[in-house]
Amino acid sequence: MERVLSYIDAIREATDQEMQRDLSVVVFGLDVDDPKAIQGTTRGLMEKYGRERVFGTPLSEDAMTGAAVGMALAGLRPIHIHIRMDFLMLAMNQLVNVAAKSRYMYGGQVRIPIVVRSMIGKSWGQGAQHSQGLYSFFMHVPGLKVVAPATPYDAKGCLIHAIRDNDPVMYIEHRILHFQKGPVPESSYTMSPGKARVTVKGRDVTLVGISYMHSECLRACRYLESIGIQAEVIDPIWLSPLDIDTIAASVHKTGRLCIVDNGWTTCGASAEIAALVTERLQGVKDVRVRRMGFAPVTCPPTPLLEDLYYPNGRTIASAAHDLVTGTHNGWLPDERLDLQEIEFRGPF
Amino acid sequence: MNERVYRSLYRIRRVEEEIARIYPSDKIKSPVHLSIGQEAVSVGVCEALRPEDVVFGTYRSHAFYLAKGGDLKKMMAELYGKATGCAKGKGGSMHLVDTAHGVMGASAVVGTTIANAIGYAYALKLQRKDSLVVSFFGDGATDEGVFHESLNFAALKSLPVVFICENNFYAIHTSLMYRHKSTDICALARAHGITAERVEDGDVLAIHEHVTRAAKALRDGSSGPFFFECLTYRLMEHVGSNEDFHLGYRTRQEAEPWIRNDQVKRFASMIDGERRRRIEAEVEAEIQAAVAFAEESPFPEGEELFTDVVEG
Repeated sequence: MERVLSYIDAIREATDQEMQRDLSVVVFGLDVDDPKAIQGTTRGLMEKYGRERVFGTPLSEDAMTGAAVGMALAGLRPIHIHIRMDFLMLAMNQLVNVAAKSRYMYGGQVRIPIVVRSMIGKSWGQGAQHSQGLYSFFMHVPGLKVVAPATPYDAKGCLIHAIRDNDPVMYIEHRILHFQKGPVPESSYTMSPGKARVTVKGRDVTLVGISYMHSECLRACRYLESIGIQAEVIDPIWLSPLDIDTIAASVHKTGRLCIVDNGWTTCGASAEIAALVTERLQGVKDVRVRRMGFAPVTCPPTPLLEDLYYPNGRTIASAAHDLVTGTHNGWLPDERLDLQEIEFRGPF
Repeated sequence: MNERVYRSLYRIRRVEEEIARIYPSDKIKSPVHLSIGQEAVSVGVCEALRPEDVVFGTYRSHAFYLAKGGDLKKMMAELYGKATGCAKGKGGSMHLVDTAHGVMGASAVVGTTIANAIGYAYALKLQRKDSLVVSFFGDGATDEGVFHESLNFAALKSLPVVFICENNFYAIHTSLMYRHKSTDICALARAHGITAERVEDGDVLAIHEHVTRAAKALRDGSSGPFFFECLTYRLMEHVGSNEDFHLGYRTRQEAEPWIRNDQVKRFASMIDGERRRRIEAEVEAEIQAAVAFAEESPFPEGEELFTDVVEG
C-alpha cells in the first residue's frame, strides 16, 4: 500500500533526508526552531542536527539572505525559510543583485546553491501583506530557478532537487497546500527543473493552474465534466525554467488556453505563459487565450470581498466554458460540496 | 616588512595611475572607482592575513583585490572586458574576484557584501576552520540597514570576521555629517556589542598591527567579531580618473594633510635607494606586462553571452 503524507511532512522528510546525506545542508530563518517549527516542516531537525545546522535568526531578512549567499560561497547548502512570501521584499537586493548574478558576474568562479522557502497565505483574513504570490518577480531574473509544487509528492521531490541544485532556487509553498495529503515514497527522489505534469487529460480546453490554483483547476474540471466539456489540466510545477513544450503541445490539441495564476495577471506568470504559447503556435493553430488571477487590487481580509478576489473552481469553469463555446452567457455552475476536498493523488 | 608594505602600496598606486592614464582612451569601458589615497587600509589589513583568509569588498575594488593577492593580469584584462579577465569580462571593475586568492567579490550596491561576509564567517565556524573573513566597506555602508543587521548577527554568533570601515568622509559627494546625527561610527559597532577602534591617521603599520592582533585572537579561539574604523581620504573623484576639487563639495585644503601623510611616499623614504629602485622597477615591469596582456587578449566570443547564467 502506498504511503500517504501531508505536504508539510513531505517537506520535513525531504529536509531530513538531505541533512542526513549531506553535512553541508543548513536550515535557518525566523522561528525554524520554535515550538511551531514552521507549521511542522522543520520539526525535530534542530534536536537531530544541532543548533549550528538548524537555527532561528533575528528579524533580518536582508542580512540573513546575504549570509546565505556567503555560506554558499564557503561550501554550505543553506535553506532559508520565510513563513510568508511577502517578507521576501526585504531580501530582494541579495536575491536579485547577488544570488542571481554571482555565477555570471564572477565569470563562473562561484556558485550559489541556496534554497529560499517561502509561503503564500490565503483566507482567514491574511490580507494585504500575508497573501501575495510574487514569484513572477523572480521568474523575471536570469540566474534564479523558481518552483511552486502543488502536491506532497512534488513538494518532496522538488525540495530534494532544489537542495542539490548548484544555483539559487526560490521554493514557493502555499499555506492551503500544506494540508494536502497524498502518496509520497519514503525513499529519496528528485523532480527535475523544467518538467510540467499533465494531471487530467482532456481535449476541449487546457487549464494551467499554478501552485494552489492547480487545485481550483481540478475543481473546475469536474464542473466542466457535468456539461460535457473535457478539460486538460496542467501543473507547471517549475516556473523557471518553464516547461512550455508540454503546455504548447496541449494547447495545440485543444486550441483553448486558460491560465489560472496564484498572483496578479499583469506582467505575471500567466502573461509569460500566454506570450510563450502565442509565439510558439501563431500561424500554426488558432488559439483562444484567457488569463485569470487575483483581482487587480490589494487583498482584502473581509470574507465576502476576499471570495471575489480569488479565482475558484466555479469561476474558472465559467471562463473555460466561454472559451469552448465562444459565448458569454454568464454560465456559472452551482457550488458542489463534494468538490471541497479535491486533491491530485496521481498517478505520477 | 617595510619593503613588503612599500611594494604593495607602490604597486596599487602605480596600477591605478596607469588605469587613469589609459582611461581616457576608452580602452577600459568599465566605470573605475580609484583608491588613490586609500591604499594604506587595504595593504595594512591584507598584510596581516593568510592566503586562506578571504575578503569581501566594494566597487572600489582594485586596492583590496591587489593587496590580497588577486592576479594583476586578470584584473587588467577584466577592466578591458577581455575573455582572459578574472570574470571573463562579465564582471568589470566593480566586481573583481579571485577565489583562489581569497578575493570573494565586490558589489556595486553599497553594504551588500557585509552580509555575504558574515555568512562566510558562519560557515568557517561551522566547518571548524581557523581562517577568517575581512569585510571591507565605506562610511556610506553604515547608513544601510544591512550593516546593522549584519553586525548584530556577527556579534550574536561570535563570528570570525573583521569589519573594516574605510571612512573617507563622503558617500559619493555627501559628507557623513549630512547623513548621520552622530558621526561616531565605532559607537554603532559598540552598540551591537562589538569591540571597535578607530585608526585616525591612515598609518599602514597601525592598521596592520590592529588587524594582526585581531586575527591572532580569532585564530586562538577568541570570540569575534572585531571592528576597525580607518580614516582615509580619496584623492580622486568618486568614479573616473580625475580630481574633483572643482565641484565644491570638498576643498583641496581639506585634502592637504592627507597628501602630506601619503603612505606611499612615507614608505618610499624608509627604504634604501637601491632596494627601492629595484622594487619599483619590478612593479613597473609587472604592470607593463599586465597592460600588454590585457591589450593582446581576445574579447569573449559571442556564445559567452549565454554561459554562467546557471550551471551547465
